[in-house]
Amino acid sequence: MSDPIPDSTAAIALAPTARPVTAFRRFLSKPLAVAAAIVLALVVLVAIFAPLLAPFDPGASSLKDAFGPADGTHLLGFDSAGRDVFSRLIWGAQNTMSGAGIALIVALVLGIPTGLIAGYYGRWFDSASSWIVNLVMSLPAMVVLLASRAILGPTVWVLMIVMGVLVAPSFFRLVRGIVGNVRNELYVDAARVSGLRDWRIIGRHVFIVVRAPIIIQVALVAGVAIGLQAGLEFLGISSGDTPTWGAMLNEAFQNIQRAPLLLLWPGLALGLTSASLVLLASGLSDVLGERGAPAARRRKNKNAAPADVVPSTSVPAPETRGALLSIRDLAVSYELADGSDREVVHGINLDIEPGEILGLVGESGSGKSQTAFSILGILPEGGSVSRGSVTIQGTEVIGLAEKKHRELRGTVVAYVPQEPMSNLDPSFTIGDQLAEPLRVRLGLSKQAAKARVLELLQMVEIADPARTFAAYPHEISGGMAQRVLIAGAMSCDPDLLVADEPTTALDVTVQAEVLSLLRRLRADRGIGVLIVTHNLGVVADLCDRVAVMQQGRIVEQGTTEQILVTPEHPYTRQLLGAALDGVDARPEWQPRSTEVSA
Amino acid sequence: MISFLIRRLLASIVLLFVISAITFLLLSAPHTDVGRVLLGQAAEQSLVDAKNAELGLNQPVLVQYLTWLGNALRGDLGSSWFTSENVLSAIGNRIPVTLSLMVGVTLITAVVSFALGIWAGVRRGAADRFVQIIGVVGYALPGFLVTLIMVLVFAVQLRWFPAIGYVDFFTSPAGWLSTVTLPILALSVGSIAGVSQQVRASVIEVMRKDYVRTLRSRGLSPRRIIFRHVLRNASAPALTVLGMQFVGMLGGAVIVEQIFGLPGIGSMTVSYTTRGDIPIIMGLVMFTVIGVVVINLLVDVVVSWLNPKARLA
Repeated sequence: MSDPIPDSTAAIALAPTARPVTAFRRFLSKPLAVAAAIVLALVVLVAIFAPLLAPFDPGASSLKDAFGPADGTHLLGFDSAGRDVFSRLIWGAQNTMSGAGIALIVALVLGIPTGLIAGYYGRWFDSASSWIVNLVMSLPAMVVLLASRAILGPTVWVLMIVMGVLVAPSFFRLVRGIVGNVRNELYVDAARVSGLRDWRIIGRHVFIVVRAPIIIQVALVAGVAIGLQAGLEFLGISSGDTPTWGAMLNEAFQNIQRAPLLLLWPGLALGLTSASLVLLASGLSDVLGERGAPAARRRKNKNAAPADVVPSTSVPAPETRGALLSIRDLAVSYELADGSDREVVHGINLDIEPGEILGLVGESGSGKSQTAFSILGILPEGGSVSRGSVTIQGTEVIGLAEKKHRELRGTVVAYVPQEPMSNLDPSFTIGDQLAEPLRVRLGLSKQAAKARVLELLQMVEIADPARTFAAYPHEISGGMAQRVLIAGAMSCDPDLLVADEPTTALDVTVQAEVLSLLRRLRADRGIGVLIVTHNLGVVADLCDRVAVMQQGRIVEQGTTEQILVTPEHPYTRQLLGAALDGVDARPEWQPRSTEVSA
Repeated sequence: MISFLIRRLLASIVLLFVISAITFLLLSAPHTDVGRVLLGQAAEQSLVDAKNAELGLNQPVLVQYLTWLGNALRGDLGSSWFTSENVLSAIGNRIPVTLSLMVGVTLITAVVSFALGIWAGVRRGAADRFVQIIGVVGYALPGFLVTLIMVLVFAVQLRWFPAIGYVDFFTSPAGWLSTVTLPILALSVGSIAGVSQQVRASVIEVMRKDYVRTLRSRGLSPRRIIFRHVLRNASAPALTVLGMQFVGMLGGAVIVEQIFGLPGIGSMTVSYTTRGDIPIIMGLVMFTVIGVVVINLLVDVVVSWLNPKARLA
């Protein structure tokens, strides 16, 4: 329920068919990435046609021209040996790009097949290759390259092959990780069961998944390779006169005091090429990786109210407002990526008196959790209350300063979340997490807080409070975690409990125990409860009144008996029908009804 | 915890053996006549043979390696072929320089990256875009190019710092600071770019976690949630990246030390590898690998302390 857009998965499933065209169009809409692509295309063209483009021999030096200024034929002037800077720059493009190209090809040839095999077949090959990869990755590339130079001699091309080996792990790890995940997907299983050969599965299903990440990684690694290669050349390890950008930088650096401008051109060429590769990679990953756009488009379509909702039957607001909680005309909106808003809750009314339990029922995505979050003021990023009023014990909380609203949380209104395990901070012990609000909010001492936490754990019927106090969340069961969360909500003695599907993640026996716990808390302490659920069994078991919510509207509201016995709205009947296996409504209402999964 | 450390140590020792063997065998492969190179073309063959015998080069490579290994295990890494310098003391003299760079870069990277990453991840919007641009720029520009630009601007044009040279800390702390400031800043740019992106991404991820919402529902202040809960949960992946940056930093140190003329391990690597001085190269490779192993181990220990689920057993 934390996801306000429950149908984005459907949009993703639809996306691939429309992908090639939209991906290219989306790429064109990113000016930086397009500029980067153009710069790279130019550099590659210059590299290919260097012999035609360079006006002079890059090696020809005339000492009388050393440090000579630019003129009509020597566009960028001369370097310290009187060589034409412009021509060297152009040849430098060729040498630099082909060096990086060799490294890249070696890395791809080594990294991708091994990654595919390790990820797809696993077993000994995976362990062995992963070990080697970790070994290679723990070696500082520059040191290895320098050592290799001692072994293999100062031939740049050979060193580029070594560099390819050194950067291959980045492809291996990328491919292995993705393939390892894909291998266990259902459609791959299906392909395997239907008798497809492994190589066909890899070709058809697996390779498609790794394609885009590999393209992005190629751009990134190319940038790294160019940087490393230029770095090596800069250290002066190449075999003398080959004009490369790194060697030009080296030569310029030695004359930095005399002619600092010589640094500019090779530096600019190197910086631009390298930056373009990174920008291209980031643009590509936006286009190929992020599926935000289709989901957003889909969200917009959902704005129109579907035909089966009957807004006119929305329950009219009662005259008197609930003493504990009162909601009038509450609307919640989310800001979309394109700046427009999408309303997910369309003006609802709810009231809760002290000691009353109200069930808010409806299917996933009907806005139940958004309503709950609005009461607490904890809507997720991008969400906001766009109109309406929410009062808690008469205090208006919409438009209330965040700090004032915060003071109500925990002490007046508390929250029990849906998924027990993900709602505990994995890095702190249970005791630590429960004691924190007691110490911060109520100012208890460490000992007093601990005593109170143990008391709370006892109250929620945890067998061994001391042990649970010292445990980390991963060391306790889901049912225990849900009790801990209820204890956490009750810790500062609130008057209103907002429970968002508090039993959904639990098995049936634990569900019953948690419900009876809530009932007891109401009896002992007189708290009011808003319980969000899609489970009509929970409603029948626990609630005094029920509100039925569909697509952001409350379509029916009444006592539990009214709703379960004589439902009026078609949607309520539909919910009950789903619960009672095709029967429109049960003639004789029995308090403990079967479970629904709407 | 103890058994994890022991297992990791054993694995690291195996790694050191494997790397030392591979490096030694590869270094010995070209078969240059070292005695001839040392004594010059004019020397008599008998003298050259004697020199090679003295260095143990007349023996099979495997025997040479085992001899080296036996000595290394006793803490004797031999002497340079060309300068007769003791390898251990040569490296020992230069390590403080490189180490002070590494420590400085790591501290600056950690502080700046966490500040930027948290700022971007919590505030989002313009702050987020700003930090992302820093990330792209820092990542896109090769480290040594950044260094050159810094030298050009701060040392050559503005003359705020010396362009070259090193002053020992114990000789003059102020002089030391002025000579290491630019190298440390130059090395920090790239690692800040990498680590701040990771901090940002983890902060954003953790901020969206259910438990952060639940903590908010208990009325805790945003500051408390960010600095106590989000930071702790976001730190582990960020520290892992910081550890990986360390390996890259060693490479960066080679170039930076060369540019600033710092007498550290990096510049030593450049000058000795070009001559194929096996004892020195072996020593350097061993020291860098040990450094990487130690850093990885440290990161693992800190991450497991931060993340109880991954507590080492």
